[in-house]
Amino acid sequence: MVKKADRPIRVLVGKPGLDGHDRGAKVVAAALRDAGMEVIYTGLHQTPEMIATAAVQEDVDVVGLSILSGAHMTLFPRVRDLLSEAGRSDVLVIGGGIIPAEDIERLEGKGIAKLFGPGTASQEIVEYITSWAESRGE
Amino acid sequence: MMVTDGLIEGIRQGRIPVLARAISLVENGRDGYERLLSALHPLVGRAHRVGITGPPGGGKSTLIERLVQVYRERDITVAVVAVDPTSPFSGGALLGDRIRMDSLTLDPGVYIRSMASRGAHGGLATTTREVCDVLDAFGFERIIIETVGVGQSELAIAGSADTTALVLVPESGDGVQVLKAGVMEIADLYLVNKADRPGADRLVQEVEVMLGIRRGNALRHVGPHHGPATTGSGKREAEDVSEWSPPVLTSVAVSGEGVTELVEAFDAHYEHLEQSGELERLRREGLARHTRDVVDRALSNLVWQEGDGAEILAEKLDDLASGRVSPYKIAHDIVAHLQEAPE
Ligand SMILES: Nc1nc2c(ncn2[C@@H]2O[C@H](COP(=O)(O)OP(=O)(O)O)[C@@H](O)[C@H]2O)c(=O)[nH]1
Ligand SMILES: [Mg+2]
Repeated sequence: MVKKADRPIRVLVGKPGLDGHDRGAKVVAAALRDAGMEVIYTGLHQTPEMIATAAVQEDVDVVGLSILSGAHMTLFPRVRDLLSEAGRSDVLVIGGGIIPAEDIERLEGKGIAKLFGPGTASQEIVEYITSWAESRGE
Repeated sequence: MMVTDGLIEGIRQGRIPVLARAISLVENGRDGYERLLSALHPLVGRAHRVGITGPPGGGKSTLIERLVQVYRERDITVAVVAVDPTSPFSGGALLGDRIRMDSLTLDPGVYIRSMASRGAHGGLATTTREVCDVLDAFGFERIIIETVGVGQSELAIAGSADTTALVLVPESGDGVQVLKAGVMEIADLYLVNKADRPGADRLVQEVEVMLGIRRGNALRHVGPHHGPATTGSGKREAEDVSEWSPPVLTSVAVSGEGVTELVEAFDAHYEHLEQSGELERLRREGLARHTRDVVDRALSNLVWQEGDGAEILAEKLDDLASGRVSPYKIAHDIVAHLQEAPE
């Protein structure tokens, strides 16, 4: 059947924590849009509760978090847990920011699928999400 | 058990993640979505739906956050559907309305959904209505629909609400232009937002004059001050009380000024609709229109998705391009073929 191109991937881009810079997050959000995704941008100073609640309401496939403030070891897993509690353990959680290598490993062990360091090309993130969606078999 | 049974059950139980899933199913026109809508239909019709439209940057999202805060103080549950354009180039969209509604996120009596305008399967207005039906069935008492701009399709969406508000701002300079473009016909209420900026009073007057002209009386709407300027002289005694005169209100969304008045105007309009019998009439009309839209969508599916329309067109494309055959002949063939098709 020639059913119309499947639904766009929905991504929430959020910025937990206290730092006030969202340039990077905005650049990524725009790149994801340009790659054909529907991006819900929630802005600065989001608590993990706000991010998870918005992700559930928006029924997103992916949550992308950008953190510069160093609180990544608590914030990322908290979002992951809240999503699971809401029955959305299927959501892909990825992140970006300045995160030391040993923390990356520990976070990936806690269900944060992938972490992108500073200076990652947006295209790399687009490709990561796209191939995840394909492998999920949608 | 079918997927939709689980969704219906979850909606009856008031579960937000299930609601969110159901909305996606409807938005994407996935298998079973019409069955879901059909099952929910008996629960639909209790919410007051308010459409808010106007130019980008006019302060609609900021205003909605304030509006919802007022509703919540009164213990009224609210759903917000914020529609933003899909990029025609990529098919993606950047949906940023939630940024302005931060304070509502954690309130369990509020549900916010961002929607891209894609409208792939049968028109944005139809899909938006169906999404609102799901929210209505879920039990939200108010549904606020934000759309951007004043084009035909935004107007169709906003116009399908019970109450439609048009937001104008002094700086956009297109106030009266907008009114000339026919928005007049659908707005039940005009709101000049950013009243803290210069030019707001003049815009209010311009709108009032436009409204008066359209009704054949340039001064009727011009009250001594702004606010619902429809009270006044004894000359209006002869007027039909069942008629609604769209008020022109002002607000400063960033400070919340004028928002309580706006809520009251929405309530007044709804009361007018109920008491005049207009609500009943609008809903009958809306249901008939929606049924036609659903038929159109089904027919279009029948031709282009399930049927051979696309193949017939592809086959004849060379003849069409070289001028040997007209689009009308091919269209006729496609329709004739559909009529011949076995059950
Ligand atoms: N000065 C002033 N700015 C406002 C007012 N309402 C909204 N804004 C600002 O206008 C900008 C656009 O607001 P937004 O709610 O996103 O507009 P929308 O595109 O219509 O949803 C934001 O920077 C708001 O803070 C107002 O009444 N006065
Ligand atoms: Mg907005």
